Amino acid sequence: MLQTSQLSFERSTAFKLNNIDINIQPGEIVSLIGPNGSGKSTLLRVISRLITPDEGSVLLDGEEIMRMKTEDVAKKLAMLPQMNDHQLDLTVRELVEFGRYPHKKRSGRLSAEDEEIIDWALEVTGLTHMAGRVLPAMSGGERQRAWIAMAIAQRPKVLLLDEPTTYLDISHQLEVMELVHELNEKFGMTVIMVLHDINQAAQYSDRLIVLKRGQIHYDGIPQCVMCKEMFESIFEIDADIYRQNGKFFFTPNRLKKA
Amino acid sequence: MNTTVPSEKQQTVKHPLQKKRRRVLIALPILMIVMGLGSLMIGQVSFSVSEVLSGIMNNEDTLQRRIIWELRFPRVIIGMIVGMCLGIAGAILQGVMKNPLADPGIIGVTSGAGVMAIIVMVIFPAMLALLPIAAFFGAFFTALIVYALSWKKGGASPMRIVLVGVAINALMGAVTNALMIIYSDRVQSVLPWLSGGIAGVGWAQVKMVVGYAVVALVLSLFAIKHIRVLTLGDEMAKLLGHRVERSRFYLILLSALLAGIAVSVAGLVGFVGLVVPHILRLMIGGDYRYLLPASAFGGGLLVVFADTIARSLFNPTELPVGILLAFIGGPYFLYLIYRKSGSFATN
Repeated sequence: MLQTSQLSFERSTAFKLNNIDINIQPGEIVSLIGPNGSGKSTLLRVISRLITPDEGSVLLDGEEIMRMKTEDVAKKLAMLPQMNDHQLDLTVRELVEFGRYPHKKRSGRLSAEDEEIIDWALEVTGLTHMAGRVLPAMSGGERQRAWIAMAIAQRPKVLLLDEPTTYLDISHQLEVMELVHELNEKFGMTVIMVLHDINQAAQYSDRLIVLKRGQIHYDGIPQCVMCKEMFESIFEIDADIYRQNGKFFFTPNRLKKA
Repeated sequence: MNTTVPSEKQQTVKHPLQKKRRRVLIALPILMIVMGLGSLMIGQVSFSVSEVLSGIMNNEDTLQRRIIWELRFPRVIIGMIVGMCLGIAGAILQGVMKNPLADPGIIGVTSGAGVMAIIVMVIFPAMLALLPIAAFFGAFFTALIVYALSWKKGGASPMRIVLVGVAINALMGAVTNALMIIYSDRVQSVLPWLSGGIAGVGWAQVKMVVGYAVVALVLSLFAIKHIRVLTLGDEMAKLLGHRVERSRFYLILLSALLAGIAVSVAGLVGFVGLVVPHILRLMIGGDYRYLLPASAFGGGLLVVFADTIARSLFNPTELPVGILLAFIGGPYFLYLIYRKSGSFATN
């Protein structure tokens, strides 16, 4: 579905994404985790063509992303950058309409199919009843769902989310995670997201990729990645790992600096 | 589609300001035309509606016909063109630069057009027909310079644009003054133009700009789509497959053309581009499908109104409309800074 081969990007002498090779299968939920400044967001931005890598390439369905027409990429890949919280003077529906932008014909009018997809996006995100509300009049969680609705109205095969739960309270966080789960389960969307909450990442992902200083250190199913050594080497903390109903959790104990 | 939803939606999902938007968009052009009519009636000699109409229709060479058809009518037309161009130019620049302070005057575009226009007027008076084109290039290159100099790592911040604009404005002002001192013998003709005014314009000026104005106004309709996508933010627009740099370039080019048209006939008229989109944004919100056309009619209305006041208030002395607009615009600008809230009608 989506591959990167030997991606390198040097932002400054202090930070460099180095030789990133990942291979995302169709229908996977993959979370990128790692400490601040590890390059998770940067990697996501390279994958979404917001940043041009110095070396290497990103392949979407076997095609190199930088060689594709940008609107063709937008038909297959949608991304929500970190908490896109401008207070735009738009109704929810007007925002979601922008998701059809890459699909629009020259005339710029919405087709019946566009309208249907917009209705669907509103329905899936549970926003049908507030389609006429304006963004500034909504709560942070509702706004985040509205942006997600816009992203999925693109009908992408791959959805990239950069910290979709930041600044949300716990119930809204779970709402967003459940929504991601549903999009993956019901509609087969491949999801790659950056998450700060490692427990949530482990709970909702098929696979975790752990970055530190611009390099991939772990890449595997949560069961394999969630281990004491990982927390020690990557986050420099001592952690206990628990297992409940087949899911893995950790609790941090204390800092453990080498 | 694997899921479909009953579609009784359309009624319930209208923007809360929809009604108001529609009302404003209907009222503004009507008000502009009524104001135009009023402007034909009011002045040193006043006429009734029927006198105005007969002055327009009748071809007899009477004093009434001369005042209405030869003096006031072209002036009203020019006022509308100037106001519409400046209103749209301001709205576009505010959208592109995501900055409520962006106005062709404040960021130096008008003064760039002004320098070019003065060069044509005092150095190459024989090429007066090229004035709109010269003003356009002046506006365009100043806009590009301001934008390029404000650019720093991935974007031009609103603050930098304003600061760079102030500097460029000062520079252009110096060039203007230098030109006026060097060519002090020819400066008489330029003076009223500098303070911004449409006194003494006639059908010749209308002919000079009307073609450009129609083209620019039509192009502005295409700008709406670009600005709307850009308001989502550069990144989001790129992610949606929009070519951000290209459309920003187009929009700056267009606003320079609009400002150039206005400057070439009216001189340095300020504040219309700042005040009109701003007030309208407070009234009908920031959706450019409504804001852009409303700014056009609002600008036309304001300039015709101000010009009517400017030539009748201190009868028989005429004030240049630019001075009057600065009298209205200056305090309003201070009020905005003081208030500095509610940039959205729905807050």
